[in-house]
Amino acid sequence: MQSTTREFKENAYAARRDPQLQDALQRLGHGFPLKRLQAAGRLPEFERLRDQAREIKNHVLEHLDFYLERFEERVTEQGGHVHWATDAEAARRIILEICRKAGAKAVTKSKSMIGEEIAINDYLEDHGVEPIETDLGEYIIQLRHEPPSHIIAPAIHLSMGQVEETFREKHTDLPEDRLLDDPEKLLTEARTQLRQKFIAADVGLTGANMLIAETGSNVLVTNEGNADLTYSLPRVHIVIASLEKIVPTLEDATAILRVLARSATGQEMSVYTTFCTGPRRPGDLDGPDEYHVVLLDNGRSELVGTEFQEMLRCIRCGACLNHCPVYGTVGGHAYGWVYSGPMGAVLIPGLIGIDEAGHLPNASTLCGRCESVCPMRIPLPRMLRAWRARQFERHGTGTAGRWALKAWAMLARRPWLYRRIMGLGVAFLGAIGRRRGRFGWLPLATGWTNTRDMAAPEGDTFLQQWHKGPRGDASGERLRQRR
Amino acid sequence: MNTPPESQNASRPKVGLFVTCLVDLMRPGVGFAAAELLTRAGCDIAVPESQTCCGQPAYNSGDVADTKAIAKATIQVFEGFDYVVAPSGSCAGMLKVHYPEMFKDDPDWGPRADAFAARVFELLSFLADVMPLGDVQAAWPAKASYHDSCAGLRELGVKQEPRRLLAGVDGLEIVEGEEAERCCGFGGLFCIKYEDISTGMVDVKVDDLVATGAGMVLGGDLGCLMNIAGRLQRRGVNIEARHAAEVLAGMDDLAPIGVSGGAPEKSE
Repeated sequence: MQSTTREFKENAYAARRDPQLQDALQRLGHGFPLKRLQAAGRLPEFERLRDQAREIKNHVLEHLDFYLERFEERVTEQGGHVHWATDAEAARRIILEICRKAGAKAVTKSKSMIGEEIAINDYLEDHGVEPIETDLGEYIIQLRHEPPSHIIAPAIHLSMGQVEETFREKHTDLPEDRLLDDPEKLLTEARTQLRQKFIAADVGLTGANMLIAETGSNVLVTNEGNADLTYSLPRVHIVIASLEKIVPTLEDATAILRVLARSATGQEMSVYTTFCTGPRRPGDLDGPDEYHVVLLDNGRSELVGTEFQEMLRCIRCGACLNHCPVYGTVGGHAYGWVYSGPMGAVLIPGLIGIDEAGHLPNASTLCGRCESVCPMRIPLPRMLRAWRARQFERHGTGTAGRWALKAWAMLARRPWLYRRIMGLGVAFLGAIGRRRGRFGWLPLATGWTNTRDMAAPEGDTFLQQWHKGPRGDASGERLRQRR
Repeated sequence: MNTPPESQNASRPKVGLFVTCLVDLMRPGVGFAAAELLTRAGCDIAVPESQTCCGQPAYNSGDVADTKAIAKATIQVFEGFDYVVAPSGSCAGMLKVHYPEMFKDDPDWGPRADAFAARVFELLSFLADVMPLGDVQAAWPAKASYHDSCAGLRELGVKQEPRRLLAGVDGLEIVEGEEAERCCGFGGLFCIKYEDISTGMVDVKVDDLVATGAGMVLGGDLGCLMNIAGRLQRRGVNIEARHAAEVLAGMDDLAPIGVSGGAPEKSE
């Protein structure tokens, strides 16, 4: 997908002025965090499970090649196929090739962020294969030709009215007098449309919440059951997953499942949790004839061994988005690529480059709420800072802002000069701001004063007052006398 | 005065006040309040004159080399004190959490940063637990809401300490905001670089404060408080902002943040 991360500020500005989006974000910001808190509170071992989940993935990332090869062996033994894709283009070609061999005209899809990352829908369409999203949210945004705005709730930015509008526009057979005024009616309408497509599809494309090396299985987690129809009805099942989704054993997978849904939606388990292992075996009542796993790298292996390795622990629960005050202010589309929120701000520069995604690690107060709720304890603020350090190394003191920072840092290292210059500055500002106590406008600080008043300094610095006594400002003397 | 004071009494710990650049430059009253409270709690305090800033603006801008230089200078200035106390969770977090992280692979400075960090405390938690203030001896009839600044809360775990101390102030009622733990949108240079997003964030905070019915917002970090005060004032909301240390020290002759000196403004 083409990124608009360079326009992050403009995107964010527009998002802040979209009343429907703002309503949706407010609901999201209140709903998910409360549910997560309650779910975590009901499980005494939740914090220990987070530690365990972190250790599982840390171990995997130290032995990634071993577990991936083991996974491939197991899949192959069971009659499936593993395809290695170094980048998005390779993954797209592999998937198209499988579809062509199967003679597929239509592909049903369950929600996959990797599918979004490689923009598989556009590619299949361009090559004469119809992709059909079957997750309700994904189906809606596919109709609207929009990217997802949240990794687990792709259409969270839309109101019910907007969904109804979209259905009426795209479902041309829909009678005008049919009411679509509540979520259930909208769901029924989508189901009616999708039922035939499930049956007609030749290939089912799913993502994977995890891949299990021990058994050669993929794990699918949904609340709608659409993934189960997607993989079990067509003749061919293709799994598209990035390589860090691997875990060693079934037990490891279940440990991670225990923190996944709780962190995401506050559910103890998602409604459907499915383990798919290879194609249909003799005697199986259903299942696909062919089972393919496309393993995508797309820049991830280059993060291994760097200060960003821990990002590869991410299980895409969305908790960091739900708790992020920046995401909660601007929504997912502002980030300009398929991922968003804190995990997106760390991962996107790793996948499309820090020059392209330069805004994202900077658009954060580093408030730390993301890290405090991440089930995998990923130190997201530390990595946002690490991207800033990479930027600083690459561009040095290029811009005016950086020169100002350098000048300040030079002063901060020279206490005597610092006291002199800062003292003069606050004396001046203190003198002109004394009457009102604050400024409505300040040159060089309009980013502040455009929307906020700026408190005026008292006049003398604390160090001046403490060490040298007051200089014409009675407050210093008064304060010292208090002691 | 870069050396710790000669202790008159061996049992009184020597405390170096890291005043923080914002308090030093913008609101010295917080520094005096901190000094008074620490003295009352039984500390011998000193304010080394060659302190500047903890280095956060450089650190959060990715300028690692300058941050390390500033950090080394700060560590040197405060070596020899029993404790180093800062009236800010953000600056104390920088000293206590980020200095050791920055020097963790440095065989010389790593151990020095660790030893330094072990002696660093945020003012309010220090007064609650390390050198307890005991009887607060202050009266301040007001209804106030407490804003938990991010670094204090999530890096240092400061949550109940300021509330415990403030509960000892006569006449002060604390009402909790639903969004007390939500970032106010200050974030250092963030509030200038991403002013529109920052404004959206501080508006959530302002709305939440209004909903509490409080007449005052208290906190432990001047940066957040200046941001919140600035937005409250621009929106014409009559809620005053103060550092919690001012209230604990009973410093009611100091005007609220962003209000001209003397008696507090009563209407806007």
